[in-house]
Amino acid sequence: MEVPEPDVPWVTVVHNDPVNLMSYVTYVFQSYFGYSKDKAHKLMLDVHHKGRAIVSSGSREEMERDVQAMHGYGLWATLTQER
Amino acid sequence: MSGRFEPLPGGGATVALDEVEISILRSLAVQLAELIGPGDQPAGAEDPLDALFAEGPSEAPSDPALARLFPDAYGAPDQELDADAEKEARAASAEFRRYTENDLRARKRDDALAMVRDLDSLAAGSTGSAAKDQAVLELAPQKSRQWLGALNDLRLAIGTRLEVTDDDDGGELLGLPDSDPRKPMVMAYFWLGGLQETLIETLMA
Repeated sequence: MEVPEPDVPWVTVVHNDPVNLMSYVTYVFQSYFGYSKDKAHKLMLDVHHKGRAIVSSGSREEMERDVQAMHGYGLWATLTQER
Repeated sequence: MSGRFEPLPGGGATVALDEVEISILRSLAVQLAELIGPGDQPAGAEDPLDALFAEGPSEAPSDPALARLFPDAYGAPDQELDADAEKEARAASAEFRRYTENDLRARKRDDALAMVRDLDSLAAGSTGSAAKDQAVLELAPQKSRQWLGALNDLRLAIGTRLEVTDDDDGGELLGLPDSDPRKPMVMAYFWLGGLQETLIETLMA
């Protein structure tokens, strides 16, 4: 994973929804981002319990790619700039 | 209905489906493909380059199931935005949609239609007398991922129609009386959940 630069504070946020299976969300985080099983599982729990989790950060273009991919998987994702 | 995927040795997944299950799944996948629609792709006879440069829509779909499948990329309900920031988020969402939604629609539609084709070849191949009531579907790893996407899109569309909430995990909806008109769709929803869950297990193994 690339180290985000301090001047490109865009993030991809995945939001909780009542339909997506917890195992599916974990699967997506592992297979798309290449996260470890533990990290993917923890992010999934954050989405489920806190309603949202930041799953990646980088340039706006990179985050648009990630959001597009999340939509492809059927996850509800948005990108935003951490102010 | 058993509806459990098992891993295949060497990768891929398999599930036994009876005629009723095949017909339900096929019908749902066809409805999903119709719901998603062709997008704004020009007809086959036209210059394929037109499709490459065609702009997608800038507005979110008005159908709630479609809006869930193709959500806005900017702005979220839990985000407090002032009027300017909200306007900015709406404009950015519209632009994102214009250059991504057609592709996304085409991919999701392809996944649903691939499921229909796989089920059709399964039904055609299972005319032998011995195993008349059960056919065995076998998916190669790439097919498994395509089916996983289609199963998830189906559950998103049905879940939106049923207005599933977080408290519905097997609760209120499962307890509906048989006379409720939503009952068949609820049964299909949970059955699809089982299929998807076990398919994920084969991919994570």
